Amino acid sequence: MATKTTVPFNGTAEQEKRLHEVIDAHRSDPGALMPVLQQAQEIYGYLPIEVQKIISNEMEIPLEKIYGVVTFYAQFSLYPKGKYNISVCLGTACYVKGSGDIYDKLQEILGIGDGECTADGRFSLEACRCIGACGLAPVLTVNEDVYGRLTTDKVKEILDKYE
Amino acid sequence: MADINVKINGIPVTVPKGTTILEAAHTAGIDIPTFCYMKEINEIGACRICMVEINEGRGFRLVASCVYPLNVDNAEIRTNSPKVMDSRRKTLELILSTHDKKCLSCVRSGNCELQALCNEMGIDHEDVYEGEKPVYEIDNSAVHMYRDNNKCILCRRCVAVCEKWQGVGVIGANERGFKTFIGSAFEMGLGETSCVSCGQCIAVCPVGALSEKDYTDAVFKAIADDSKYVIVQTAPAVRAALGEEFGYPIGTNVEGKMAAALHRLGFDNVFDTDWGADLTIMEEANEFLDRFQNGGKLPMMTSCSPGWVKYCEHYFPDLIDNLSSCKSPHQMLGAMAKTYYAEKIGKDPKDIVVVSVMPCTAKKFECQRDDQNAAGVPDVDYVLTTRELARMIRRAGIKFTALPDEDFDNPLGLSSGAGDIFGATGGVMEAALRTAYCKLTGKEDEIVEFKEIRGTDGIKRAEIDINGTKIRVAVASGLANAGELLKRVQSGEEKVDFIEIMACPGGCVNGGGQPQQPASVRNFEDLRVLRAKALYDEDANKELRLSHLNEDVKKLYEEYLGRPGGHKSHKTLHTSYVKRSVN
Amino acid sequence: MKSLQEIQQICETMHPELELRHEGSSEAKSKYEKHVLICGGTGCTSSGSMAIADALEKELVANGLEEKVQVVKTGCFGLCALGPIMIVYPEGTFYSRIKAKHVPQIVKEHLVEGNPVKELLYDETVTDEGIKSLNETSFYKKQHRVALRNCGVINPENIDEYIARDGYKALAKVVNEMKPEDVIQTILDSGLRGRGGGGFPTGMKWKLARTIVPDADQKYVCCNADEGDPGAFMDRSVLEGDPHVVLEAMSIAGYAIGATQGYIYVRAEYPIAVERLKIAIAQAREYGTLGKNIFGSDFSFDIDLRLGAGAFVCGEETALMTSIEGNRGEPRPRPPFPAEKGLYRKPTILNNVETYANVPQIILNGAEWFSSMGTEKSKGTKVFALGGKIKNTGLVEVPMGTTLREVIEEIGGGIPNGKKFKAAQTGGPSGGCISPENYDVPIDYDNLIAIGSMMGSGGLIVMDEDNCMVDIAKFFLEFTVDESCGKCTPCRIGTKRMYEMLDKITKGQAELADLDKLEELCYYIKANSLCGLGQTAPNPVLSTLKNFRNEYEAHVVAKKCPAGVCKDLLQFTVNAEKCVGCGLCAKNCPVHAISQGDYIAPGKKRAAFVIDASKCIKCGVCMSNCRPNAITRG
Repeated sequence: MATKTTVPFNGTAEQEKRLHEVIDAHRSDPGALMPVLQQAQEIYGYLPIEVQKIISNEMEIPLEKIYGVVTFYAQFSLYPKGKYNISVCLGTACYVKGSGDIYDKLQEILGIGDGECTADGRFSLEACRCIGACGLAPVLTVNEDVYGRLTTDKVKEILDKYE
Repeated sequence: MADINVKINGIPVTVPKGTTILEAAHTAGIDIPTFCYMKEINEIGACRICMVEINEGRGFRLVASCVYPLNVDNAEIRTNSPKVMDSRRKTLELILSTHDKKCLSCVRSGNCELQALCNEMGIDHEDVYEGEKPVYEIDNSAVHMYRDNNKCILCRRCVAVCEKWQGVGVIGANERGFKTFIGSAFEMGLGETSCVSCGQCIAVCPVGALSEKDYTDAVFKAIADDSKYVIVQTAPAVRAALGEEFGYPIGTNVEGKMAAALHRLGFDNVFDTDWGADLTIMEEANEFLDRFQNGGKLPMMTSCSPGWVKYCEHYFPDLIDNLSSCKSPHQMLGAMAKTYYAEKIGKDPKDIVVVSVMPCTAKKFECQRDDQNAAGVPDVDYVLTTRELARMIRRAGIKFTALPDEDFDNPLGLSSGAGDIFGATGGVMEAALRTAYCKLTGKEDEIVEFKEIRGTDGIKRAEIDINGTKIRVAVASGLANAGELLKRVQSGEEKVDFIEIMACPGGCVNGGGQPQQPASVRNFEDLRVLRAKALYDEDANKELRLSHLNEDVKKLYEEYLGRPGGHKSHKTLHTSYVKRSVN
Repeated sequence: MKSLQEIQQICETMHPELELRHEGSSEAKSKYEKHVLICGGTGCTSSGSMAIADALEKELVANGLEEKVQVVKTGCFGLCALGPIMIVYPEGTFYSRIKAKHVPQIVKEHLVEGNPVKELLYDETVTDEGIKSLNETSFYKKQHRVALRNCGVINPENIDEYIARDGYKALAKVVNEMKPEDVIQTILDSGLRGRGGGGFPTGMKWKLARTIVPDADQKYVCCNADEGDPGAFMDRSVLEGDPHVVLEAMSIAGYAIGATQGYIYVRAEYPIAVERLKIAIAQAREYGTLGKNIFGSDFSFDIDLRLGAGAFVCGEETALMTSIEGNRGEPRPRPPFPAEKGLYRKPTILNNVETYANVPQIILNGAEWFSSMGTEKSKGTKVFALGGKIKNTGLVEVPMGTTLREVIEEIGGGIPNGKKFKAAQTGGPSGGCISPENYDVPIDYDNLIAIGSMMGSGGLIVMDEDNCMVDIAKFFLEFTVDESCGKCTPCRIGTKRMYEMLDKITKGQAELADLDKLEELCYYIKANSLCGLGQTAPNPVLSTLKNFRNEYEAHVVAKKCPAGVCKDLLQFTVNAEKCVGCGLCAKNCPVHAISQGDYIAPGKKRAAFVIDASKCIKCGVCMSNCRPNAITRG
């Protein structure tokens, strides 16, 4: 589990309005919880208790059930991500080409573990499953940017781009 | 459906097509152990302890007997082959590798399903599989119970009852894989959630992960304290189940032995909550007739079940004015013990300790509520569950089975059959209707039974015609059923004047504080029916079957309260409610 | 809405256009002189192919070629290792690993002047006899593309291009000319089996769903696009390269079983696939190939997308359905099977992307055409994602029955750096490692199971002598532990204990008896787990225990990792005879574990260095800095 953030919730009225629209659009759909959560995460970036409570009240689903769903799926996050989210592919193709070492190196440099965010809110780090760029193995992404054919000594260089 | 023939351990069995192996084996007199399985509400095939071998023509393989339907004629099943035993043993060994194994200090030692099965399966080593063991903090945030996930085996029976029976769903599986644990949203303690304290989760837990907060030591201490006058009272449903703790068949009424045991434990008075039930009827029937005839808020809803009351406050806050303002029977008795009776015996209410033995864990919450203190001190000091009473009896070395039958003490011990049936769903309604019937017809001693509102159906309805006055009543037990009923009442689909709701399915006989029966019993016997029968039998065999004819209750009104619904009653016997949020 | 005639018209008009991308086709007739195809799959996009496409379009305008050269962003060509890829038709010249900066040169020399830029072409295609086309390369020559027939050929965001390649013809044929029973019979006769891993006969699934609950008021068709095996990207490529084929096949399935609603459950980690599916669904609705009264028939069918949220177990059919229903993706016991009680407890079929991709072709070409490919019990072709220690990382489609050797050595180009083949892993976390002695076994469902692996969805990871098989098993178990849903005891706790035992082995803390205990636990988990994930989770361990037991024993008995992977068992030593005493190792050692000794080897000027094993953290820096290669690891 990721470390708890102390960042207070600062959702806006605009965000809440969008969330209500999303929920309304799914009223007749019996399996709507997943798409609603996915879009809620797009709106807020993560799924804190304030957001889950709105969904719980509006959809009449117990809060615990929503929380159980959120904590089941790796893509849902209870905590905000860093400004730059680093994802290291630990899929087989990347792993056999040494992505584990790259992941270790990042943890060492950033001083954070899986799912954690640096104290300055700049970087968060996660391991991810195969993103399908096996031809470039080993691969990591920083937000939308993809870096392939990595070696451990390239890690620092990549991070420097985002300082 | 057509029958099919199979062989279980070589024994020919004929069952309807689609019957599960577990049920088929049961009919053949073969037990298969289960943990997770609960008929209809938890058929999830998760724990894998019930694995058996089946050959449907393509060789033997292991399947989960609890959910595997028999569809192939001439299938052969082995429930106790070496392969099955080996599987079962490995499953237990794996469970033990994450379990805290502190049996000696566990409240469930002796009636733990895990412990019993380990013993049965000949587990001779606790640490076959070593490795990481998750460590959880014990949740003691709720008033009524503890959760110790270090003992949890993730069978999810608690989750199923909370969600499916009670429609509450404040607990569930969080995280996934090895990190999965049962808990509430955002790691809230149960006390922070909208848990209604019904205790059904405790009643179905196979191990010691869920347990009520135990007050037996505090009660022993109070008894030993010479400055305290300690009164005990027992709810109707307790006598119908306490015997199970001492080896009696389910549904044995042990009222006499229970009273004897309580005397031997050293209580100063042994009173009967059934007396309080009769008193409740005096107030509640009066309140109903008043609302019914004078345009008060209808439908009126009963308020005897504190789990239900809390549920109403959380989930239907707009309906709290529909709740009867009557305190529940044991609170009424407590209130009278510390006022009326205290005056009689010349004791300061502060020196009186009232202990309620209840089939219920929500009563532990109830006795700590505001506006439950007629004498300026809490009406009830300690609530013990049926299970805690059994523990006290054992701890005190009282040989229960050898006890003589004794009576309750007076003047708060006499009760009618109407009070007895409070412990079963429909009982409160029937008791109230009996009295209302007499009041409306003027036939003070005519006993009318209302059998249409007896039985274990989740929602029961009846229209009662008393001298041309039509009263529409509904009875629900299990909060999921209650929620369904109330939604229809709110939408106007359901027109009803008087509603009885009991939080626990089947009413108090199946309360969260009742003796825990293992899966092997629960899945094949209906505890609700067997225990309720003991109460209806007691009622049927009594002379006194109408609450308003209870002489001791009458005397109470003559000597102290005046009239039902009067000023003094209101001050001592009625209470108020608060709106709560959902978490 | 388009009528059948209008769709046929589109096909007739567009077909010659598309034929330009088929070298030597006599039917080619395009308003463009050249088509330049640029891969828009995830692999090439990640290495910048979209920037190349933009640059190309700008450069074409600059050279006044925009009317003569069409730029087509396609799906995956398959040769991901060489990405970004660009193909120029009609000649089929194959540019590999190009960058945006190369574009002006290609436009000028090739597109304007007609001379392909040789130094940017895939080296294998440049021969003394001239330039070979893409299809003549060893990577493509041995392939047989059925499921991937449109991938890398059409623009996946243009329904007309799909129609030009006979798209929606099979659906038209089915709804207008065939009874549902005939459709099912055709699929049964074709011998098509599920490509998602299990290999269950597809027609059988459909037949059950059609018949088992005769009075069902609702049925569903689901597509499993939750491809989660690490190292597998077959389905992603089909969705990115040819999304309409999945929509068409699902509609056919809907017609066959009597369903009106379909769901595609696709990984959210595949944003390009999701986007293209959304576009394809919108286009299909616009053309009326999805929606009410398809092709004027009574048959109505629609499809919605559902996104996965990062749970591998949702690839298991019952978990997938539980997830679509809005729950934790936990599997349910079977029976009842989805054909009887699936999504929302209604009869449901679930097939994987690649399975569907075969369906329209089977309808159009007949069951016999399909069953003529492959082996006795495994018909048709199979797509594999080649990864790991192999030259041509990428996507290949071969007839069932092709040997591992052919796939790895011929199509895959063999193992780089002259290393030796050690094992091939198929089936992902559910599969096993195939050892060299099975290099020539024809690949099909049954053979793979017989040699302790399984087809799985088609990931094929090649390993060489530098891979430790215990470490690989541990890697897969770590994955399974992470992805176990936690519902059933054997998988939740058992896989964790397996992982811990493997960890002990890789740390040299295990004894021989532990291997037996591990094996026993494996068999227990296989036989007792609730779903396919748990039932197959031990396969990577069992197959390596069987095929590479000596390697396990080396870890346990000699406390050595023969491949030199398991750090705790490694020892770095300086070969004093080779050491020149330069001290570079000591200088670079982060923990100062290296110092100069007393021994001077004959012929050397300075004393050799020595590594203090108690201080060494096995980072390997010394070894990579040693010029005379005097440092060894073992």
